[in-house]
Amino acid sequence: MSNDAATATTAAVDGTGTGPEQPTAPGHGLGASLRPADARAKTEGTFPYASDLWAEGLLWAAVLRSPHASARIVSIDTSAAAEMPGVRAVVTHADVPGDAAHGRGVADRPVFAADVVRHHGEPIAAVAADHPDTARLAAAAIAVEYELLEPVTDPEKAFAAEPLHPDGNLIRHIPLQYGDPDVTGEVVVEGLYRIGRQDPAPIGAEAGLAVPRPDGGVEIYTASTDPHADRDLAAACFGLDPERVKVVVTGVPGATGDREDSGFQLPLGLLALRTGCPVKLTATREESFLGHAHRHPTLLRYRHHADAEGRLVKVEAQILLDAGAYAEASSESLAAAVAFACGPYVVPHAFVEGWAVRTNNPPSGHVRGEGAMQVCAAYEGQMDKLAAKLGLDPAELRLRNVLATGDLLPTGQTVTCPAPVAELLTAVRDFPLPTLPKDDPEDDWLLPGGPEGAGEPGAVRRGVGYALGMVHMLGAEGTDEVSTATVKVQDGVATVICAAVDTGQGFTTLARQIVQETLGIEEVHVAPVDTDQPPAGPASHGRHTWVSGGAVERAAKMVRTQLLQPLAHKFGMSTELLQIADGKITSYDGVLSTTVTEAMDGKELWATAQCRPHPTEPLDETGQGDAFVGLAFCAIRAVVDVDIELGSVRVVELAVAQDVGRVLNPGQLAARIEAGVTQGVGAALTENLRTARGLIRHPDLTGYALPTALDAPDIRIVKLVEERDVVAPFGAKAASAVPVVTSPAAVASAVRAATGRPVNRLPIRPQAAVVVAAAGA
Amino acid sequence: MTLPASLDEAVAALAAMPAAVPVAGGTDLMAAVNRGLLRPAGLVGLGRINEIRGWQYQDGHALLGAGLTHARMGRPDFAALIPALAAAARAAGPPQIRNAGTLGGNIASAAPTGDALPVLAALEATLVIAGPEGARREIPVSHLLAGRELLAPAELIGHVRVPLLHAPQVFLKATGRTGPGRATASVAVVLDPARRGVRCAVGAIAPMPLRPLEAERWIASLIDWDGERAALAPEALNAFGEYVAAACIPDPVPAADGTEPPALSPAVLHLRRTVAALARRALGRALS
Repeated sequence: MSNDAATATTAAVDGTGTGPEQPTAPGHGLGASLRPADARAKTEGTFPYASDLWAEGLLWAAVLRSPHASARIVSIDTSAAAEMPGVRAVVTHADVPGDAAHGRGVADRPVFAADVVRHHGEPIAAVAADHPDTARLAAAAIAVEYELLEPVTDPEKAFAAEPLHPDGNLIRHIPLQYGDPDVTGEVVVEGLYRIGRQDPAPIGAEAGLAVPRPDGGVEIYTASTDPHADRDLAAACFGLDPERVKVVVTGVPGATGDREDSGFQLPLGLLALRTGCPVKLTATREESFLGHAHRHPTLLRYRHHADAEGRLVKVEAQILLDAGAYAEASSESLAAAVAFACGPYVVPHAFVEGWAVRTNNPPSGHVRGEGAMQVCAAYEGQMDKLAAKLGLDPAELRLRNVLATGDLLPTGQTVTCPAPVAELLTAVRDFPLPTLPKDDPEDDWLLPGGPEGAGEPGAVRRGVGYALGMVHMLGAEGTDEVSTATVKVQDGVATVICAAVDTGQGFTTLARQIVQETLGIEEVHVAPVDTDQPPAGPASHGRHTWVSGGAVERAAKMVRTQLLQPLAHKFGMSTELLQIADGKITSYDGVLSTTVTEAMDGKELWATAQCRPHPTEPLDETGQGDAFVGLAFCAIRAVVDVDIELGSVRVVELAVAQDVGRVLNPGQLAARIEAGVTQGVGAALTENLRTARGLIRHPDLTGYALPTALDAPDIRIVKLVEERDVVAPFGAKAASAVPVVTSPAAVASAVRAATGRPVNRLPIRPQAAVVVAAAGA
Repeated sequence: MTLPASLDEAVAALAAMPAAVPVAGGTDLMAAVNRGLLRPAGLVGLGRINEIRGWQYQDGHALLGAGLTHARMGRPDFAALIPALAAAARAAGPPQIRNAGTLGGNIASAAPTGDALPVLAALEATLVIAGPEGARREIPVSHLLAGRELLAPAELIGHVRVPLLHAPQVFLKATGRTGPGRATASVAVVLDPARRGVRCAVGAIAPMPLRPLEAERWIASLIDWDGERAALAPEALNAFGEYVAAACIPDPVPAADGTEPPALSPAVLHLRRTVAALARRALGRALS
């Protein structure tokens, strides 16, 4: 299909991303499609991940997990396991020397369950043995007597249920009130929406190695995405000073949320400290599904009021997040869900009540676009309903309501950053639609159901739908966002030392580009991350591009000044009049020219800098406050084919227009958008970790269907709006999360258009996409 | 682990080590082993037995080796012989699975979602079972799948005898996605002009493939077997689909005391509609 019409303000990227057909990095510095330094090793399978690590004399760990969703532990007998030959240590809650509970934000999660288990897969004990099979058999030999309790699996029943935890069942409640509650609109639409449990399903399952140190401390090698937080948490549980625990970050085999569930490194470290030997643990796929946090399943009830022209008057909403057994990131997720409950639309009056409640379901936590993704599916469903009721084109109705810079969010915060929402929507609306293959005999029509499926052209209806999404960037509600970076230059080679983890978002590549741009040095290395470096914070909400990238730039600029100051002084001009490019320093008029190596004169230059964006404030008791540092927006037009008898859906094409601030690495940006959009297609159609009475039913990649290449649509990046956000170091915005937020809603909208069915549940079940009359039932 | 080179050696190895488990492609077995559900005391690998990796002709039938992989069955030369089995093999998962998984393994696993099973049921295939000391016996595939006859210790599925019908046959499956996935329902329709029969089997909705025999006989009586084109009116195709679906997913029968039985759940009604659409489409394609 032709992509001739793809236009953009400054960049048009074809949907093929960083394929081999793309020209390799034109030069270096910002704006170049620099490739990740480890891309080749990762592609060829030679890159050592945590699961590949090995140490002399290592032991293997296994964790005993609860087979029940809710039970009282009557007794734990580890004697049979401890006596097995080859077993070196068995640890339970009684062997935790420090804090018995941990957690991000709220420490409500036991290291090992002591008297109760609150979810399927909760750790109860861990074993270290000289062989992985021995460890597994020994874990299975631990006798635990349970007294089964009735699990609370319906979040609506959690309010009235017996407390599942000493902290109670209500984790957070935000009653947002904005405007006049008595206002009503001429047109009212209501809807009830349910969003399923998406799993981050990292391609590499959790793995780690803990090595005891001679000083009584321990080093943990793991794919942490927030090493300093993980270190502090581990040290508190081990009863050690943070200085005696070191987290070393290995390569991250896929992360779309918090990786290595924080409970994973704790058994490892405890066993290493207990045995004095290195201990390794590699999770099976099943354990990975049981252990880590999922996207919050959400129930949303909406009422939209509009005037006769389709302008929104008031939005009323109730949002219920199922947090699972522990708080994890539920508070932040709820804040995002409530604040963005109306989407990127101007709403004069909004009353949104949100709750995050505790249940015996698998734990929910931070997964890309949390909170924002669930509400997007709901408010866009409402916009479709409103358009249908008013007889308006869905894109036109949205255009009448879009948010712009200077408008207010329902939290009372003024949108000060660029908000080119109308431009994004117009771009995807005006992009030419893909041709229908039945009009074109040359075109191979991949029907819903796949190449060997049962699809029949006569039963296929095509639908087009729209969605607008928004996310916030960086931590919200007063989180102290800070990152520290060091840049060192020696012998014409620059090194960046920063504890920002490259989870695949491309931070290391970006750091190289920033230094290249600032110092004109082509060879830049980024040091591996460990907690001996100063903290850089978690890899989430696009913060490393902003905060850590900003710190790298500042440090590089300081090195630049150190390098140029003596020369500038010598020639009696300011450093601003000197340029560095291709290893040469030249003055603005070309009179002076010397090489960087000469100017360095064998010296070693170091500089360390911090970046700390402007502070935010928590949402108050009515959900008001300037809680967000910045916002990013996205518009997606989805084209789907639906077999209206079987209800099978194929996403044909997603046209994406995104507010990116500034393109720093076009290839990497396209890859991030494609990955995000595809993750959203999974959430829209197939990804739902199903449970029955709190027990995960199919903890494997057959039962949990991730999108394959056949499920992924053509992704057309039709426009990247580059309106720089002046408060961000490079003017760049977070790019990974907002496509995940937007694409499920766009797919649902298109299925609605194709079938006329309400489509109020994600993932979309086939029976929800069947047009019953046509099926002759 | 032993790697016998012939069926008889494999049978002998199993007889010598009764706790051992035969393994061919391992796509089901090894997944169970890796999940800790199965700890076989020994394995008898079937991958080196050349006599079960191909097929031969035998008085109007094809004698298929149990070690034929799905990838091999999906190729055009095989598709020309038994089109529905080739279609099922091509639909049976991603290439990695099709390259390893075998016909015999699909039968032995007897998973409800096994794609080859409804085709074999519709073809009324016969299994040639190899036993100790060169013994061979034959059982209908449906008997094994329904548990009416079982494999004795140290017996192996050696071959599958399938009639060559020289007529259209279709396999269709519904999945929840565009990429390879497990069937939510599948239908095989086979025309047998010599016997003036239509045979149909529905997979994935019950522990074993289901045969709607009355619907088969009814639709066969409507087909003009001697005509140039055997096409049927759309209404007839539609009725066949409904007939098959109602036979496989019947309405609940009223209780003896006359109380209203519980209605079918929306999910079951959707499954019934899916079976009806698949059966209608499959027959329509077979007759077009």
